[in-house]
Amino acid sequence: MRIQVKLFAFFRKGRFIKEDRELPEGSTAGEVVDSLDIDREEVGVLMCNSRHCGFDTILQDGDIYAIFPVIGGG
Amino acid sequence: MADKIFRVNMTDLSTSLEDVPADWAGHGGRGLTSTIIAAEVPPACHPLGPNNKLVFAPGLLSGTAASNSGRISAGAKSPLTGTIKESNSGGTSAQRLAKMGCKALIIEGQPKDDVWYSLSLTPEGVTINTEDELIGKGNFAVVEGVEKRCSDKIGILSIGQAGEMQMSAANISVKDPDSHVRSLGRGGLGAVMGSKKIKFIALDAGDAKVDIADPDAFRAANRAFTKALVDHPVSQALGTYGSNVLVNIINEAGGLPTKNFSAGQFEGHEQISGETMHDIIVERGGKPKHGCHSGCVIQCSQIYNDLKGNYKTSGMEYESIWAMGADCTVDNLDQIAEMDHILDDIGIDTIETAVAFGVAMEGGVLPFGDSDEMIRIMSEEIAKGTALGRIIGNGAGSVGRTYGVTRVPVVKNQAIPAYDPRAIKGIGITYATSTQGADHTMGYTIATEILGVGGSADPLSKEGQIELSRNLQIATAAIDSTGMCLFVAFAALDDETCLPALIDMINARFGISLNAADVTNLGISILKTEHAFNQAAGFTNLDDRLPEFFETEPVPPHNAVWDFSGEEIDSFWNF
Repeated sequence: MRIQVKLFAFFRKGRFIKEDRELPEGSTAGEVVDSLDIDREEVGVLMCNSRHCGFDTILQDGDIYAIFPVIGGG
Repeated sequence: MADKIFRVNMTDLSTSLEDVPADWAGHGGRGLTSTIIAAEVPPACHPLGPNNKLVFAPGLLSGTAASNSGRISAGAKSPLTGTIKESNSGGTSAQRLAKMGCKALIIEGQPKDDVWYSLSLTPEGVTINTEDELIGKGNFAVVEGVEKRCSDKIGILSIGQAGEMQMSAANISVKDPDSHVRSLGRGGLGAVMGSKKIKFIALDAGDAKVDIADPDAFRAANRAFTKALVDHPVSQALGTYGSNVLVNIINEAGGLPTKNFSAGQFEGHEQISGETMHDIIVERGGKPKHGCHSGCVIQCSQIYNDLKGNYKTSGMEYESIWAMGADCTVDNLDQIAEMDHILDDIGIDTIETAVAFGVAMEGGVLPFGDSDEMIRIMSEEIAKGTALGRIIGNGAGSVGRTYGVTRVPVVKNQAIPAYDPRAIKGIGITYATSTQGADHTMGYTIATEILGVGGSADPLSKEGQIELSRNLQIATAAIDSTGMCLFVAFAALDDETCLPALIDMINARFGISLNAADVTNLGISILKTEHAFNQAAGFTNLDDRLPEFFETEPVPPHNAVWDFSGEEIDSFWNF
């Protein structure tokens, strides 16, 4: 299956802003984080199709998946 | 030396120093400005008339070595909302006021003639001077002129042309450590200062220092507090990308109000994002990290240079960039920086003014995305006080009424900022129930709904949102009294050493023994004081509502509507 992965803030350093990835069926959000060498401890927010999700969320073909470090503002 | 109340009467041009009443001694910042307004201002008065008062107060910890304690509060009855108003800002004024022993500066009355004045504060008291030279000038010229006359060490509070013309969106500028300006932004307090005919207030504390009851305990608590702030990852991100790091995440969540609140995502989000801004700043030799006051360890401000590498603006916040950007569909950060600079100079709230432009675009006054025309209107119409300039300078509600627009994002006539309440419902409760009109800072549920700080809440669900907003509004009222920047809240929500250290500092400063429950009770009593003022001014529960279009127009991509009942919203006040 094909999903779009988006990275933000310092997760982009040495990686990418947006990339399409081929993944095996049943891949989880957490596995994508691991495959990018991002420490799960540094992850603040995961969103799948503009909804918050968790490391255990199983991704589906065509999903847009966004990975953010811990950030804030206001 | 005991702190004093500095009082200025602009009707008879008299000044006095008064002992601090016992009831006010435990207050600072917002708690004190709201307590004084509630005690001394008739709620039904005209905000621009002689019976309104303008109050400035440093926070309880301002002027000390406590990290991030340089916020100043200003309060009055707001000409924009008609409610009680507290607006706070960084800059150098809170520290100057605290060091000179000024618990609060109360400005009352109104000159009968058409003469402009300035105030000069020292530890000895206040003097009133007539002012000619700087009248009609923008804030940057005022800061330069006053520094030339006095010294660059002084603090300065000033108004630009918008404040002189008493526009409802006018702000009060606060000189920062680089002699640029920060803003007491929301609610039109610059118009109140203009109505008192005061162009600027110079603050010279000399060598005066704040007394600390227990210096050793204070130092220890400040060390623990500072560590909690510095260690928190949100602080680190703020120092790199500024608060503008939010553009991309709020856009991703579908809550970035776009094209005057007609969509929740903006095509040009990447171009105006914190990530892009960081790269532009570094490329042009600016500073991505910069403090708005000395003692700030988070440093969310920045120095943004133009294409040639010359200084353009600083302290561009997410909400300002969103308002001039996504809400007006402008995707060019240089144009946004230019507008930020102009609005700072004129002395007018970036959020209110830019949201007013979004409504004007909806009403056909100018096309969406036309930033050149926005810049022209700011410089040629608002700064000069033409009819169009005054319509926009009086805020989003004013533009909506003038041009017959129904999609007008305001609560209590104050523009809704950068988070769509249909897609992020908790913040809608804050907009609806805040004692100040729509204001995200009053109870920043975004932390929990979107950012996962201090727990989590589903932004598209109503569940738990009223309680979340209530708890945050209470905590915020207390934090706004300490002189602390609200960004300490991220660490306070997550790190259990942070809040106790903050309370320990207050105790060591004054030789008292507050506990966490006292601080919560302080927040509750401030909210109740403000709410009671608004009710006496004629506001009812029916004013605690969002504009109708949020209920009837679904916002993409989630196609969510605002679906809290009036009864549910009213339960906010059950405490």
